[in-house]
Amino acid sequence: MKRLLFAGLLLCAASAGAAPALKSGTFSPVRAAPEIAQRAADGSDFRLSALRGKVVVLEFGFTHCAAVCPASLATLAAARQKLGAQADRLQVVFVSVDPERDTPARLKSYLAQFDKGFIGLTGTLGQMAAIRKDYGITATKFPAPAGQDGYQMGHSSYLYFIDKKGMLRALMPFGRPAEEVVHDVNLLLAEP
Amino acid sequence: MKLRIGSAFLIALLAAGVAWAAFAPLQAQSRGQLFEIPKGTWERRMKGDKTSVLPERITLTLGVRDVLLLRNSDTVPQMFGPVLIMPGQDFRLPFAQAGEHPFDCTAHASGRMTVLVEELPSPGMARLRWRIHSLLDT
Repeated sequence: MKRLLFAGLLLCAASAGAAPALKSGTFSPVRAAPEIAQRAADGSDFRLSALRGKVVVLEFGFTHCAAVCPASLATLAAARQKLGAQADRLQVVFVSVDPERDTPARLKSYLAQFDKGFIGLTGTLGQMAAIRKDYGITATKFPAPAGQDGYQMGHSSYLYFIDKKGMLRALMPFGRPAEEVVHDVNLLLAEP
Repeated sequence: MKLRIGSAFLIALLAAGVAWAAFAPLQAQSRGQLFEIPKGTWERRMKGDKTSVLPERITLTLGVRDVLLLRNSDTVPQMFGPVLIMPGQDFRLPFAQAGEHPFDCTAHASGRMTVLVEELPSPGMARLRWRIHSLLDT
């Protein structure tokens, strides 16, 4: 009987210790998210470190993107709606990989179509390349499909989750539903 | 007579084992499959060594072994797809959908790696095959 009780206690302790897992890919040990200091598309000065206390989701993309970027932005907008009263504790930051065409005005109006709370970052080629390097992002220019003008950009489609303490915690692959974003954001918000 | 009983017993035992392997639910102590990028990989690559330190194709199974765990034990950061894994860091990537996932990977001589995620095998031959492959892989 004593053994049974002991086994039961062990089981309870183990279940209590097992924290729910993020649905995204996660790092261990975690490292601080590289700082980003850049003029935002609305003209304000942006510093990633000023967002401590919020969960930040970084998306790297460009406004001429036909499929991936709009789908991810729509998912993030839906996630913010599903978060309800907690929505303000999630900050989405869209980092342009195509600063040649993504002017601040264009980026601002593009993001506003999804959610007026999204922050857009664009700058010089050098400034944006430095941000990409810090996060291990590659962006490659390639010709647009036949019949279309200009070019397209190949780039990472993952979403980068930064926790309230500014640590780069997780990467979510493209195509996951808004519910999974909400799940992970809620877990990160619930942390002390 | 004794020999016949012994043979019959062995056949029954074998049949019971096969039936168990084909129909018993699949379980795993850990759903993660670990792959390690060993120390010195980058240095060897820079010297022209084309030996792959990771398999070019990894197969995972939903519900049993569906978490890819990459450990960078090298002294330089390594890229796995868009993921920058720092020295001494692990990256744990759970998969929720079956399919083929190609990634760029700096730890590979070819620069590419494919993760094939299969559905949980149904009871019967599929589950039996899965168990046999699993046994052979270990």
